[in-house]
Amino acid sequence: MTTWHASVATHVGGFALDLTIDGDSTPVALIGPNGSGKTTTLRAIAGAIAVERGSIRVGEHVLEHTDRGIHVPIEHRRVGYVPQGYGLFPHLTVQENVEFGLANSPDRYRVEDRRQRAGAVLSELGCAPLAERRVDRLSGGEQQRVALARALVLDPDLLLLDEPLAALDATRRRAVRHVLAERLEAFGRPAILVTHDVRDVIALGATVVALDGGQVIQKGSLEELRQSPASDFIAEFVGLA
Amino acid sequence: MMLGRTYRSPMVGLGVLFGVTLVGLLVLPFVALAVSTPVADLRAGAEHPLFAPALWLSLRTTLMSLSITVVLGTPLAWWLASSRSRTARVTEVLVDLPIVIPPAVVGVALLETFGRRGLAGPLLESFGVSVPFTGGAVVLAQVVVSSPFFVQAAANAFRKVEPDMLIVARTLGASPVVAFVRVALPIARPGLLVGASLAWARALGEFGATLLFAGNMPGRTQTMPLAIFSALESDVRLAVVFSLVLAAVGVVLLVAIRFAPMLRRSPARGAS
Repeated sequence: MTTWHASVATHVGGFALDLTIDGDSTPVALIGPNGSGKTTTLRAIAGAIAVERGSIRVGEHVLEHTDRGIHVPIEHRRVGYVPQGYGLFPHLTVQENVEFGLANSPDRYRVEDRRQRAGAVLSELGCAPLAERRVDRLSGGEQQRVALARALVLDPDLLLLDEPLAALDATRRRAVRHVLAERLEAFGRPAILVTHDVRDVIALGATVVALDGGQVIQKGSLEELRQSPASDFIAEFVGLA
Repeated sequence: MMLGRTYRSPMVGLGVLFGVTLVGLLVLPFVALAVSTPVADLRAGAEHPLFAPALWLSLRTTLMSLSITVVLGTPLAWWLASSRSRTARVTEVLVDLPIVIPPAVVGVALLETFGRRGLAGPLLESFGVSVPFTGGAVVLAQVVVSSPFFVQAAANAFRKVEPDMLIVARTLGASPVVAFVRVALPIARPGLLVGASLAWARALGEFGATLLFAGNMPGRTQTMPLAIFSALESDVRLAVVFSLVLAAVGVVLLVAIRFAPMLRRSPARGAS
């Protein structure tokens, strides 16, 4: 089982982030009020934000170790990232979006290989008929699945999902949540997601890490958080308030 | 905004009158220019010894200044769009300076910089380089007056590229350069084209700074606007023909600018 560890201290603008989180293949849900540092944490792990002090490890790979002067650039971290709003490339088709990473891969896939691999992942997510569509013609749920396919096609060691279901309406959210739970289980590797919805935590069987002011204020299973919520926000989140 | 039929205030009539007046003022001169030129004059104008060298010089120098503007301006615009530092905001204002300063002033300022007794003149002269009143001076004047238009449009275009998209591109294995070329540039392309067209149009029309800094020597520094100025002194009809050609180039550019945003590649291609 892959374990991971992230100990990150940094400043972004006037905001200070200082936390340590870790886990295994069980998904971790980052929760917390707006501005508590959830997205910043994901970006720091992805390597998009400079870490002033700390270390990040996924499995055997040390991605960041400030004391030892290690900083692996984003493109070599093997981390999949699905940002809020999905970040699909508007000038490319669905197929081209998913192939994007394969073209950069050191494995130097041939054109036909790329097409096949991308097509396979798209079919797994039920998006095969969308392959030649422009991404701005997709519904929110379709965009979400394409973004997931684009991240999964490279077989990342760690998957980072920033509010993957927030942009969807209630009925679609339920369907996509189901797809996401299935995919993450099949993925079988660590995943960290930011969410505002306790149903995501339940569906994914995730461990919860609650942030506030750039720090971890509580972590544990949903049950543990229910028994003694450390803040009003957490009580509200787990459905006690 | 479609609001259907709404109540119209009498003030609307006045607004329409004002608008029509201005549109008339903008369009009428070009109509006059077009109708006042018999076809025979056009041919005579095109065969005039000033015409071909001036047109050729204009095309050559503007393409050169546009290349310089795009090569130097694209990284600058990218930085202006992505940096939140105070230096970037100050730089942005500095870049806009030539837009608000009269071209004649730019010409004098360029002489004070590159002229024999200018700021950088003696240094250049020690290398045997003299800039004023050469083709290089024409290009330099064009770059100074036109590049702000490109940089401004390009920075606005780059602001439409969401930072998250670039992070995603990087997590998908793209180096910063590859992410820029494969994601940022294509997304910003319509805006970059508009900026380049505006800059080219401005360079093509450049007159004041060129006259003062590069002079008005036929075949060497006499671009089309300067040729119009010279022709006006001898033959008004000739000046009209020259003007018509420049106006036509401008109209083509305007159409190109209007349609550039629609030039987005249609990704609905066959699965070849």
